[in-house]
Amino acid sequence: MASDGSSNSSSIPDRQQIARQRLRIIAGHLQKPLDPSDGDISARECSGPDKQPGDTTTNSVPRRRQEVMKWNGWGYSDSRFHFNKKGQAEFTGKRYKLSGMIMPSLKEWFEGTFGANVQHKSFASAVPSPGSVKPPALNQAFVEGVQSAGVPFSSDAEDRVFRGHGHCLHEIFALREGRVGRVPDMVVWPNCHDDVVKIVELACKHNVCLIPYGGGTSVSSALECPLEETRSIVSLDTSQMNRILWIDEKNLTAHVEAGIVGQDLERLLGESGYCTGHEPDSMEFSSLGGWVATRASGMKKNIYGNIEDLLVHVRMVTPKGVMEKSCLVPRMSCGPDIHHFILGSEGTLGVVTEVTIKIRPVPEYQKYGSVVFPNFDMGVACLREVAKQRCAPASIRLVDNEQFQFGHALKPQVSSMFTSFLEGLKKFYITKFKGFDPQHLCVATLLFEGDREKVLQHEKQVYDIAAKFGGLAAGEDNGQRGYMLTFVIAYLRDLGMDHFVIGESFETSVPWDRVLDICRNVKERITRECKDKGVQFTPFSTCRVTQTYDAGACVYFYFAFNSRGLSDPVHVYEQVEHAARQEILANGGSLSHHHGAVATAAAPCQGVQPRRQRIRQQIFRSFLHASAAAPPTNGARVGCLFLLNNDLMNPNGARPDDQRVLISGRTPPRTYPLPSTPAELELYRPSSLLQVVIPRSTPSSLLTPAPPPENAPSPLTLGEVYQQQRLARKTDEV
Amino acid sequence: MTSISLYSQRDPMLKKRDDFEDMLEERRSSSDLKYAFKCYTPVLYKGLPPCKTTVLKSMVLQSDQLRYVINQVSKETGESAGAIQEEASAILEEMAHRLQLSTVRFFAFALTKAFKTLFRSIHVNEEGLQRLQQAIQDHPVVLLPSHRSYMDFLLMSYILYTYDLALPVIAAGMDFMGMKFVGEMLRMSGAFFIRRSFGGDKLYWAVFSEYVKTMLRNGMAPVEFFLEGTRSRTCKSLTPKIGLLNIVMEPFLKGEVFDVSLVPVSISYERILEESLYARELLGVPKPKESTSGLFKARKVLSEDYGSIHVYFGHAVSVRTLSEGRVDRRQFNLQPRFIPKKPSEDTQGFVSAVAYRLVRSQEENMVLMPWVLLASLLLQAHYRGPGSPQGMTLEELTQRAVWLRGLVRGLGAFLHWPDDKPPSEVVSASLSLHQGLVRVSEGRVWLLLEEPAGGPGPASPEERLLGAAVAVLSCTSYRNQVLHVFLRPALLATAVHTASSGKKEEVFDTFSFLRNVLANEFILCPGAAVQDFEEACQQLVQSGALQASQQQLTATDRGEPTLAFLRAMLEPFLQGYQVVCRFLCEEASESLTEKLFVPAVRNFTVKLLLAGNLRYCEALSSDLQKNALAALLRLGAVSRVNGGEQVTLKVDRMLLNTLEDTLGGRVPSQRAVLARL
Repeated sequence: MASDGSSNSSSIPDRQQIARQRLRIIAGHLQKPLDPSDGDISARECSGPDKQPGDTTTNSVPRRRQEVMKWNGWGYSDSRFHFNKKGQAEFTGKRYKLSGMIMPSLKEWFEGTFGANVQHKSFASAVPSPGSVKPPALNQAFVEGVQSAGVPFSSDAEDRVFRGHGHCLHEIFALREGRVGRVPDMVVWPNCHDDVVKIVELACKHNVCLIPYGGGTSVSSALECPLEETRSIVSLDTSQMNRILWIDEKNLTAHVEAGIVGQDLERLLGESGYCTGHEPDSMEFSSLGGWVATRASGMKKNIYGNIEDLLVHVRMVTPKGVMEKSCLVPRMSCGPDIHHFILGSEGTLGVVTEVTIKIRPVPEYQKYGSVVFPNFDMGVACLREVAKQRCAPASIRLVDNEQFQFGHALKPQVSSMFTSFLEGLKKFYITKFKGFDPQHLCVATLLFEGDREKVLQHEKQVYDIAAKFGGLAAGEDNGQRGYMLTFVIAYLRDLGMDHFVIGESFETSVPWDRVLDICRNVKERITRECKDKGVQFTPFSTCRVTQTYDAGACVYFYFAFNSRGLSDPVHVYEQVEHAARQEILANGGSLSHHHGAVATAAAPCQGVQPRRQRIRQQIFRSFLHASAAAPPTNGARVGCLFLLNNDLMNPNGARPDDQRVLISGRTPPRTYPLPSTPAELELYRPSSLLQVVIPRSTPSSLLTPAPPPENAPSPLTLGEVYQQQRLARKTDEV
Repeated sequence: MTSISLYSQRDPMLKKRDDFEDMLEERRSSSDLKYAFKCYTPVLYKGLPPCKTTVLKSMVLQSDQLRYVINQVSKETGESAGAIQEEASAILEEMAHRLQLSTVRFFAFALTKAFKTLFRSIHVNEEGLQRLQQAIQDHPVVLLPSHRSYMDFLLMSYILYTYDLALPVIAAGMDFMGMKFVGEMLRMSGAFFIRRSFGGDKLYWAVFSEYVKTMLRNGMAPVEFFLEGTRSRTCKSLTPKIGLLNIVMEPFLKGEVFDVSLVPVSISYERILEESLYARELLGVPKPKESTSGLFKARKVLSEDYGSIHVYFGHAVSVRTLSEGRVDRRQFNLQPRFIPKKPSEDTQGFVSAVAYRLVRSQEENMVLMPWVLLASLLLQAHYRGPGSPQGMTLEELTQRAVWLRGLVRGLGAFLHWPDDKPPSEVVSASLSLHQGLVRVSEGRVWLLLEEPAGGPGPASPEERLLGAAVAVLSCTSYRNQVLHVFLRPALLATAVHTASSGKKEEVFDTFSFLRNVLANEFILCPGAAVQDFEEACQQLVQSGALQASQQQLTATDRGEPTLAFLRAMLEPFLQGYQVVCRFLCEEASESLTEKLFVPAVRNFTVKLLLAGNLRYCEALSSDLQKNALAALLRLGAVSRVNGGEQVTLKVDRMLLNTLEDTLGGRVPSQRAVLARL
């Protein structure tokens, strides 16, 4: 490790102590370290200079994911909710704080909210139905290439099935029914950056389609394999690239391989007394590279920032070469930042292999808290004020009444009479003495972090503001439970699906003045759409304001309904979600704040598959071919144009209606060709773009558009231009 | 495109109408006082308790919207924001309602007394009220009644009070406020007063729109206003004014409420209280200023029989459903919502289409009494000319009325004809209710032409003419009630008659020409010519009056009576428009101002009538004249010239001549002419 051990030797034990303590607090529910002896079969071929002798790194994610994880549900195989023989809800396993506990009121809540019956079960098939996994279509030349490069690979059916899906409802639903669609033909496990370079080169050479795979927690269908893809599809699993390559304590940065999952990253940094502070709800399983590729946001962004704030440097392997900045600096001003098209590119432009990320010392003290408000409006007003005064704690979230009740239903059985008596007293005080309506009250959950003294001071400041909006402090317990809910919600979805209840979450980013309107309208739209689509029971639709910013907030919606009696529940679900997203857009929200969006969100049921294929091909081929004909431009200061038009953004056709940008980056390590013909320039100038940035060095002859040919029928769409170019190039190649 | 699809979206439910209940029946058998003091607990929007008027006012004054405009105005005028704030507060004071239950109870008592003497019955569709009750709980509601009489809004509040529904706040013209005491009474029963015109006054507009929107957003009370803007003196629906509709839709379009329900309400009177008042007004006797003493004098109306009233609460229309796919609400995302913004063209088109649709559903749910049919027949008989005998025999009238009943029902009208009684009885009952307008003698029936009042000695021909015109115009106000049923078929019948050949295209050209010219006169949604044409074709083919092949439309022999009747319905209007054209061609000088237009046309028409060159005294109606002028302005045959203080009219004689001839059927409406329009 690059850390300067000697000068800090005395403090390391302290730090480690602190780290451990912190880990206990934030991740009491997280996984215990696994036995290191798990299926680490292949010898690590990669011998980077940073390879530590006697590397004891324990890896949470083995190559064979099936050894610890569910194939058709969320998380670890041993952890799941179920209703036991007495009809009480129980969480199995030993990994989490909730593990082994009984939640007595969950059943009542579940049955009351969904009109469901715990006796009615819809079982998931234990294994994929025989024959559902098609034999792999391997590209022999590519396989040989990989073999000779010494990169582990597999075309085992289970391995492939695991990499053929993310965690969208429709994906999991299909798997539970034993339906497996197209899956990758092969999985490769590169061990380091160089492996990835080799693989991408091979893929280009042998015309193989690559789909990067990190933690597999995608909820934007990004991992789905296009049905029409005729080439061999290879899943590039980065899970074995999980080392911290160095830590720089002077600059407070760490250089980490992109495949590391959140919990490992925090644990390993914690051993040196540091943390990134980036904690998305999926951090047990999602990977650093995935965060970068999806513009992730962490729960404690108020202190640490979102991924774009944390990112110092990123290495991305593209079909045209490796892209990275030449320095590790906090800010640059020449041209738009190339990081900003890597962030959110969802694997369409290349594979993120290494990331330099900011780190912070592990905080000394952490404290949960909660505030009860008489109604949601007051709560939002309070959060707005907190954001205005810029005193938001590490995390501050406001859950609405429905979600508050949901959280309540997850309370584990209390062991002592005294605790239950206290609970009753608290409830009495709030509802009777303070006159809060149990059907309207809502709760803000808080998490403070930092020096003990400052935390306490900060806490007081926040509670004072809350008091002005009618808020009452409601204890640490409620707060902690609120955060727990977000970690177990995905497990709960599996429980729901066991009983015909299907659901999903989606989120948006919205200006402050529209928060209340969007919450009300979206929830009501969901209810109404469900009714229109023949859902027999009122759906569960709830929201929380989950992040605050200066200019707005992030609102997170949960939506679930009892699907009994519906012939195609997933289709109904998708229609309703589509309607809800339209409502969000109409109310001034964005399509997404940090999830990304499924293709169907913008264009339901119409040509999703063909589009996905087209887009993937477009992206990879455009990189593959873009400069084939162009003369090398040595040493010149070359501008390059990247087109992040909505057609190109997402591999699976997501169409962020709220984001249409064109970015021009400069001086990347490898040069990119200038458009050399008017037709190529046309590629960069689709009419749908708001603004076109033309690099300074573009020949002026290219800037005046050529007059349209005499009998030109109509201007071509971007897609058509691509199509034509591709055809032209194909014929050239032939 | 927007308007067309909205407009043609006919709700099949509308044709299936609810039954009526007489709400006066119970009043006649129980204590009025007890009724006035009954327990009144209306259901409310989302169960919210009503908000005090003072709270409402401060909400409006402190709104971001108003504050923004105040600052804006302050910057423009240089006055201090405080002074303007004060001004805003004064405007609001002048405008705001002060709904008080005690006043409502007083009205409940007084109106019961009055209604019981004036009317035989007040019929209400209770299912509509149940729907309304549900709508009020779910979303903010806007009530849109038709406007034929002063009674309308008192009646609305009365009904809602009776059925325990939330009392509406009503947009009323400022002229009511001028009435001493009564103005305040109305205010306390839920009226708020707006100036008739405030086009340029930003501050006024801001206060007013924010006031309405605040009430809607918070669902404090249903908002009620008249789409037609003012009482229709002719009993024809007026083309809708979309200003207020724009305002009430805004909270939805900007996402401040989930939805807004628009409820069209059709109120039809068997006999209108203001019947001859309206006729006089149309003939140029100015509208008497609303005053308490005037109202007092009007009490003699109390001794007469005004038949029954039918109030039909239509299906609530959801703005959300209407706007789906038609308005992109994201257009409001890029600016803070408190900044007033003129709606985009798309949005305006949408609002206007909705307005037309609502007025049409008002029309469709308007109950037609048998008298309406009789009035149409008697008027046509009256117009037959001096050669023919006066009026028609009772048997002929009955027979024709039965025939017409069949036709009207075939066209889907909401006719209230008691089928259990023999037709002759129905006819004579109607005639006796309207004895002020008809004379029945020796088995013949004719219009009673009013003798010139007062003056001893023989009246001048002019006075006699005006006297007759009052009677005719009173009568037309009943005929007009049924016009909307006949309108499209009548346009087609006329088009078939005047088109140079039976070719469908040519008939359509003539049809859309007529439709275009008459668009200010009737409810004809802009841009829906094809729909209207097809609707009319279908109706007339179904009734057997026309035969349609792929290319041809031909009148059948059997259908000739129907077609003749339909043409005769439209004829007075076509003649009236021709008179206006001729006047402008022949008499208009350079200095004709817009103000002087109506009296000048009137004089011109009187001359024509006296000379026997014109039979239709409807041409004297100022309503028709104004509509004609508006149409000509729209078509570009006349243009306004802003000459200093006065607005003068500039005339394109060529075009007017062509128009006149085409309207008269002397020149086929060729494409060339249409193209010029």
